[in-house]
Amino acid sequence: MAASEHIAATEAAAQYLLRRHRWHWAEALPWLVAIAAFFVFPGYVPLGTQILIWILFALSLDLVLGYAGIVTLGHAAFFGTGAYAAGLLAAKLGWGEPISGLVFAAFCAALVGFVSGWVLLRYHGLTLLMLTLATAIMLYELGNARADLTGGFDGLLGIAMKPLLGAFDYDLYGRTNYVYALAVLFVLFLVARRIVYSPFGQAIIGIRENVRRMSAVGSPVHRRLVTIYTVSAAMAGVAGGLYAQTNAFVTLGALSFERSATVLIILILGGTGRLYGAFIGALVFLLLEDHLAKQSPEYWEFGVGVVLVLTVLFARRGLFGLFEDAGRALARRRK
Amino acid sequence: MSAPILETRDLHKSFGALQVAREINFSLEPGARHALIGPNGAGKTSFVNLITGVLRPSAGRVLLDGKDITRTPQAERARRGIARTYQINQLFRGLSVLENVCLAVGERTGACNNLWRPAGASGGRAVIDEALGLLEALRIEEDALKRVSELPYGRQRLVEIAIALGQKPRVLLLDEPAAGVPSAESHIILEVIEHLPRDIAVLIIEHDMDVVFRFAREITVLVAGAILTQGTPEQIAADEQVREVYLGSEAHG
Repeated sequence: MAASEHIAATEAAAQYLLRRHRWHWAEALPWLVAIAAFFVFPGYVPLGTQILIWILFALSLDLVLGYAGIVTLGHAAFFGTGAYAAGLLAAKLGWGEPISGLVFAAFCAALVGFVSGWVLLRYHGLTLLMLTLATAIMLYELGNARADLTGGFDGLLGIAMKPLLGAFDYDLYGRTNYVYALAVLFVLFLVARRIVYSPFGQAIIGIRENVRRMSAVGSPVHRRLVTIYTVSAAMAGVAGGLYAQTNAFVTLGALSFERSATVLIILILGGTGRLYGAFIGALVFLLLEDHLAKQSPEYWEFGVGVVLVLTVLFARRGLFGLFEDAGRALARRRK
Repeated sequence: MSAPILETRDLHKSFGALQVAREINFSLEPGARHALIGPNGAGKTSFVNLITGVLRPSAGRVLLDGKDITRTPQAERARRGIARTYQINQLFRGLSVLENVCLAVGERTGACNNLWRPAGASGGRAVIDEALGLLEALRIEEDALKRVSELPYGRQRLVEIAIALGQKPRVLLLDEPAAGVPSAESHIILEVIEHLPRDIAVLIIEHDMDVVFRFAREITVLVAGAILTQGTPEQIAADEQVREVYLGSEAHG
């Protein structure tokens, strides 16, 4: 190989890493779809809001599961903490300003994430899995024990929100809520995307790939994991806060094991460790649930189960993996 | 002789009745080329684990630059300049060769503490260039963007060394660097080892006596967790005791 060619090859390698974080045109698609759906399917706007919230929740899980490789069955702990934080702030303290409510939700969830993560993330594998589950169950039981505050199974009522930014009131069709949720999702997606492509993001991927070697090269593994766990918890807390504010209602379901399991299913369905998996997973899961529940209110979960089985067997990288393959095949044909 | 960079004093480690390290007094000078040999199960890898902090000794001390690091966690020791390679590859298999080395460089420089700027932004260039420089020195720059899991095993062994060098170590512990490499290719590994920066103190664990005698200026023989003897390659080759317990008839018969 000639010297100049050689330099060009190493430069190409460097450029690949230097440019990886730049936007690809296809990344505009989910946002265009979200905006188009608002105008094309006005009847689905409330469902759309719920989908956006699930996307945010699944995105937060992707940071810990997909990127850092932390397997958790207790992510609802943070969603629920955020939901009750925002809900109680509005219902009991009468603070109805929505955005500061979300900040409060994020703060409370981050605190729970930091404290539990500090303890839990010294463990691995099955032990860690059980501890995440136990944390969520303890919070659930705490919510149950303090039913006087949380409303227990009947739910927390009386969440009255002030107009968004002091100007936009909530309409009967949930349009304000949709735009609100979409804007929050977009901002937090930008945060997640930035973290993932940062050197810190590369380090947590390294921890996922080989934690032993990361310690051997001097990485403060525990600190890195607690950091991403706290960020993820804050993000899940915002999703919970949005859920409380847009539904004006919170039940213990926000903290339930079922919710932890559902978000895991959504993320695996969509694809882990690739940011957009959360989008596709939540969209497909909730549309499927909506459609199948109308067809067969009793057995709709069977249909969801079939889709999940097919996905994990034949699309190992999730539904988003299929999109990536299709995109690559298309690019090859064009050449 | 200059002051040792790494030292162990009466280092002892036992798992129940099994003693993997017994009163090991060992020292490594800056720039040393030292080989650690001994039969299987002699405790060579355990010794590396004790130095790097994977294992805590039952008794005794480990010193780096004369400072006690016996209680220092593994990652902190790595940051202070102790690097190692593994007998069985410990790589980031899903990542590219370049990313593998960038992780080591980035953790050393502190770049990986940054959670907000893109990895490729201003400071990232220095990390990438340093990593590429190492790949060039080891002649694996062609594979920079290949996934580690797609490389032949021999090349993966070079990535193993490249990661350790990305830590800019002062002490480098090579645990059977040529293990698993076809003999036709092992000379590539040996060449890399022979051209390691002179200021690094290198301790190599190796079974291949050709490699040991070509590379080492000093040899320590470990048997059943204890140092049997220590000396120059000539002294070790002439040592009756060593021949008996370790080299045996196959090497010098």
